[in-house]
Amino acid sequence: MLGAYLPIIVLVIVAALFGLVSVVMSSIIGQKKPSPVKLQPYECGCEPVGSARERFSIKFYLIAMLFILFDIECVFLYPWAVLYKRLGLFGLAEMGLFIVILFVGYIYVWKKGALEWE
Amino acid sequence: MDIQTLFFAVVAAVAILSGILVITCRNPINSALSLVMTFFCLATFYVMLDAPFMAAIQVIVYAGAIMVLIIFVIMLLNVRVESGKKYTHGVLIGSIMAVLLLFEAFYFLNRSSLTGARGMIDANVVQNVGHVELIGRAMYTDFLLPFEITSILLLVAIIGAVILAKKKI
Amino acid sequence: MDTTILGLPLIYYAAMILKVLVVFVFVLLTVAYATYAERKIIGHMQVRLGPMRTGWHGLLQPIADGVKLFFKEEIVPAQASKFTFLIAPLIALIPAFISFAVIPFGDTVELFGYKIPLQIASVYDTQAGRVLDLNVGVLYILAMASLGVYGIVLAGWSSNNKYSLLGGLRSSAQMISYELAAGLAIVSVFMLSESLSLQKIVADQSNFFSWSGTWYAFKQPLAFILFFICSLAEINRTPFDLPEAESELVSGFCTEYSSMKYAMFFMAEYANMVTVCAVTVTLFLGGWHGPLHPVLNFIVKVYFLIFVCMWIRATYPRYRYDQLMRLGWKVFLPLTLLNIVVTGIVIAAFS
Repeated sequence: MLGAYLPIIVLVIVAALFGLVSVVMSSIIGQKKPSPVKLQPYECGCEPVGSARERFSIKFYLIAMLFILFDIECVFLYPWAVLYKRLGLFGLAEMGLFIVILFVGYIYVWKKGALEWE
Repeated sequence: MDIQTLFFAVVAAVAILSGILVITCRNPINSALSLVMTFFCLATFYVMLDAPFMAAIQVIVYAGAIMVLIIFVIMLLNVRVESGKKYTHGVLIGSIMAVLLLFEAFYFLNRSSLTGARGMIDANVVQNVGHVELIGRAMYTDFLLPFEITSILLLVAIIGAVILAKKKI
Repeated sequence: MDTTILGLPLIYYAAMILKVLVVFVFVLLTVAYATYAERKIIGHMQVRLGPMRTGWHGLLQPIADGVKLFFKEEIVPAQASKFTFLIAPLIALIPAFISFAVIPFGDTVELFGYKIPLQIASVYDTQAGRVLDLNVGVLYILAMASLGVYGIVLAGWSSNNKYSLLGGLRSSAQMISYELAAGLAIVSVFMLSESLSLQKIVADQSNFFSWSGTWYAFKQPLAFILFFICSLAEINRTPFDLPEAESELVSGFCTEYSSMKYAMFFMAEYANMVTVCAVTVTLFLGGWHGPLHPVLNFIVKVYFLIFVCMWIRATYPRYRYDQLMRLGWKVFLPLTLLNIVVTGIVIAAFS
């Protein structure tokens, strides 16, 4: 138990230290000549117009919601897939029903045009 | 105190600290990040309790999917950093509730007696059979009906998501 | 040798630290030289020479690039959300590197009479006589992959730059869409392996020449292709590198980044590529099994897949965003579900 998980913690620490040390070192060593123009948002040399904190398309929000729902479906599939051979035909039937019900949802989403990016 | 208890104490402290940061951060994105940190601590607890599948699901679903949606919502609604405004009207009721809940927790912890009796599935069984197999076995045989109802719940949620987001149906 | 800490012998700790450091340095070097190899390979495919000046045939180029980035000026835009802006590169880098913990890269080796499996997150159980690794190894990789989206979306948001925000958003929507398809594509492998442990999945593919023990790429060709393509899209590799579409979005989510912080994103991207290739090798191409030394087999296969990634980059033009999302949601997602159903029926028919 411990033997298998301890190395992950060590690897996380090594990776975090590597990232942190190199970023901090470079910000200490690197030159610093800030100027108001340099610290403006980059817009290809034009004067920045307005703020970037704009509202954006609801599409992204919809994609994220659908992702959660299908991700949960996916999570249900993992234990089922592992046990599939041991569950036999019964397993096929129960997951068949599960997938069919969700496929109805998928077709609904498709037909309503929620997957279109016009 | 052995090392495992010490480790638990450290992770629990981080969990509580990041939980407090969720409600005290001025910037909503930082609050969301603190919540992700809390989820990681919870995942660590699951691993310590010999429930690696739950830990993985905790990270995949909560940290990897639901929090992404929350961050999207924060960005979508263009929530700004709160400007020094103090919310004081809920403090009194909130503190009373918190103290009551704390008393309840202590009361039940005191009342319950740990008999040392073990169920059929302990750490050794989990180690030998595998946590995924055990969860799957329970879910696809004994709790088949709740599992199938979940699919209908998910279907309703899918329809709800589309209706929320699309203007014309 | 009999001293134990927490029930594990001292040699376990020594071996663990050695494994972690060796793998970390190996991935780091592979990342550095993947950038060089990419420039060289694409150069030669386009009848150019690629980097030639630093060292023999430009062999020192990655080091020169690293040193240059290290000494560059660090710019933090005045309107950026400072804290998020500073930690976003680290959030991108860490998950990219730690996915490697569960990938078995060789057989068990014996050191001073103690067996050490060549996989970071594992231990040899002397009582059971088998290697214990994460029971949910594949889910660990998926979990780390699902965290990759944070670095990008936070970088895009905190820069307070319109290009960054659009790049970050596009990228995160793309990543979660393809994460789903990649996650579903490998379900059919678990149906055959009956386990999520990578040790077990590799052990299943030990005999190339018999049907029962051959690579999963032959038993599940559709899953193999879908998983590889979806993974490329998930890590924003060409032809799916929309977030960095330099013709539209300057440099996408890392427009405002400079110096070592930019290098972190760059390294995370290549480390993700190495991880994806290693995972694909483990799940579909027999892991470390093969004619050569186990570790060598693994490295050769991973490097070949990295070469394929670069080959794809030299060959295909970039997708348009609506095409990309349509491909993910309307083509790959139904195909993966179909593959699961067909696999289920075939298994049921043969048992």
